[in-house]
Amino acid sequence: MSVAVSGGVPITAARPASREAYVEDVVRAFTIATMFWGIAAFTVGVLIAFQLAFPALNFGLEWTSFGRVRPLHTSAAIFAFGGNALLGTSFFVVQRTCRAPLFGGALPAWFIFWGYQLFIVLAGTGYLMGITQGKEYAEPEWYTDLWLTIVWVAYLIVFAGTLIKRREPHIYVANWFYLAFIITIAMLHIVNNLAVPVSFTGTKSYGAFAGVQDAMIQWWYGHNAVGFFLTAGFLGMMYYFIPKAAERPVYSYRLSIIHFWALIFLYIWAGPHHLHYTALPDWTQTLGMVFSIMLWMPSWGGMINGIMTLSGAWDKLRTNPSLRFTVTAVAFYGMSTFEGPVMSVKPVNALSHYTDWTIGHVHSGALGWVAFVTFGALYYLVPVLWRRKGLWSQTLVEWHFWTATLGIVLYITSMWVSGIMQGLMWRAYDDMGFLQYSFVETVAAMHPYYIIRGMGGILFLTGAIIMAFNLIRTVKHGQPLAEDRPAGLVAAE
Amino acid sequence: MKFSHAIVEKNVVILALLTLITVSIGGLVQIVPLFSIETTIERVGGVRPYTPLEQMGRNIYIREGCYVCHSQQIRTFRDEVERYGPYSLAAESMYDHPFQWGSKRIGPDLARVGGKYSNDWHVAHLKDPRAVVPESIMPTYAFLASRPLSVPNIQDHLKTLRTVGVPYTDDMIANAAADLKAQADPDADTSGLLKRYPKAVVGKFNTESPELTEMDALVAYLQMLGTLVEFSKLQPEDLHQ
Repeated sequence: MSVAVSGGVPITAARPASREAYVEDVVRAFTIATMFWGIAAFTVGVLIAFQLAFPALNFGLEWTSFGRVRPLHTSAAIFAFGGNALLGTSFFVVQRTCRAPLFGGALPAWFIFWGYQLFIVLAGTGYLMGITQGKEYAEPEWYTDLWLTIVWVAYLIVFAGTLIKRREPHIYVANWFYLAFIITIAMLHIVNNLAVPVSFTGTKSYGAFAGVQDAMIQWWYGHNAVGFFLTAGFLGMMYYFIPKAAERPVYSYRLSIIHFWALIFLYIWAGPHHLHYTALPDWTQTLGMVFSIMLWMPSWGGMINGIMTLSGAWDKLRTNPSLRFTVTAVAFYGMSTFEGPVMSVKPVNALSHYTDWTIGHVHSGALGWVAFVTFGALYYLVPVLWRRKGLWSQTLVEWHFWTATLGIVLYITSMWVSGIMQGLMWRAYDDMGFLQYSFVETVAAMHPYYIIRGMGGILFLTGAIIMAFNLIRTVKHGQPLAEDRPAGLVAAE
Repeated sequence: MKFSHAIVEKNVVILALLTLITVSIGGLVQIVPLFSIETTIERVGGVRPYTPLEQMGRNIYIREGCYVCHSQQIRTFRDEVERYGPYSLAAESMYDHPFQWGSKRIGPDLARVGGKYSNDWHVAHLKDPRAVVPESIMPTYAFLASRPLSVPNIQDHLKTLRTVGVPYTDDMIANAAADLKAQADPDADTSGLLKRYPKAVVGKFNTESPELTEMDALVAYLQMLGTLVEFSKLQPEDLHQ
């Protein structure tokens, strides 16, 4: 049950120069929120997966119908689970890599924590009541968007302020990624959500853009919610937690620089690959495709940088629960960032678009990369934040790892089969030159795959519940770390 | 002077500014020309703002998240054109705030569903999809048929849409409340409505309730989808983007 969470060679100095304490309560709160919203998001995901196999599970109620619950699942996964993981880890990482407590102390950080939770609750309850802008991953209405803008500006100020008062000469690479994530999400959020409310006392608004321009702006936003929320931010996590757990410096400093600038420059162009063969002008589609393919290079550069950091420390994969998850996450990242450019090639997209293949692709990234890197960070953070010698049970980590991995495999393979089959059935012709299948025949053919996908989801959810149980036991019953310095004054490493 | 990345790594403001510039370029190149190049939206006739009832139906379509399962964008493939009709034009969604092209076909594309089925079929299907299509996995929307359509501020909706660029005239806004009711009222005089909104489908859509219901609005919207452009009259050069 020994876990390498403390000691060893510090990659970056890990305590404040003075006797100031890091702001850690709020990071603990974000850690708990991440676990909570993760399980909520996976549970709702399992529900909607089975709704597609068994429509009776819509319960005939407007509040539980697929159309309203699906945005609840996507927002809970991206913004609640992913968002809390990003905010929490960024506060943890920025303090330690700058050797400075958060700018402004605990109070602004608590405002950001509760403000962000309020945003989640406002958005989620709104969806169930039918309050939505009708743009994917940008469903919250104007007042929720305004509130998030306020919270986000506070977040930028606290994060950048901490960077400014750092006691290290250089800004560590993880923070470049976090900063790019915060800045770009602000830009995307503000532009894509420009809207005019019908009345300031009502919930409904009409977006500033229409039709083809709205489509382009939405997928500029949507694809970069993936690129900056779910990738750049999580790469920040990768650049801290993998070197830290492996007790090795990042593989290549030069590669980090190239990775960073190439990734943030190229990603923003990739949006139009969501709109191939639509009414979006051809030149825009082609640009989107070309840049999506180029994006493969920085993505794999980052993957190599993450995985090769383990050089000389490969044995830790067996013993360090955090590393096992983060490194598997980077492998999934490599796989889905290979699959993505392939799917952005127009003839491939002709088959894959509108099908479950896209859904499978998203989940190899969301479950394999985003969730796994988060699990790795949580297994690292909880013993550190609660001053425990290690995790309560190493065996349960094994169980989590294998149930979750099996869940992902079931999920993505079933969606590959159903997606490709669906695409082929839509375009199949019979001997007489007529379309061979009616649409509803293709719906019926999906049934077994929807069930397999749902089972994959159950396994993934089970894994997360095992993790939550293990982490709660760690906090409540874990062996306390021997105190070698006055409690509360300085943070543990 | 030799450039050193250390300059960027040691100054938050430079790092943040360079980041902002780097992430702005792609969006500027791809988005701004779509507003400035005049042929982005094809010059085809027939596309008009939604009638008040259609627009309210569209809002219900958005509220219920229909877009998560149904696309409204027919791609330029033989099979899609044969299955759904002529491929979608940018002009056809030029008054759509927001666009509803969708990204996934759990159900079929709806870009040209207008006029393909009767009103009664739509009402029966929305109330209980499996009564009409046994293999369907669509949720039931029976509550729409009994819920009255309540839009006390319909004029504000049209005015807001005008603010964001939909060419509603003063005449359209002045008559919004009357048009909202008239479109689904078989006894109403709809000549003014049809002059303001050519090709609008009029009549009682949901015959199961004497009142104006949300079902009327949604079916009115579905019945006009993809019907405004006369494709038989188009020349290839009209479609040049």
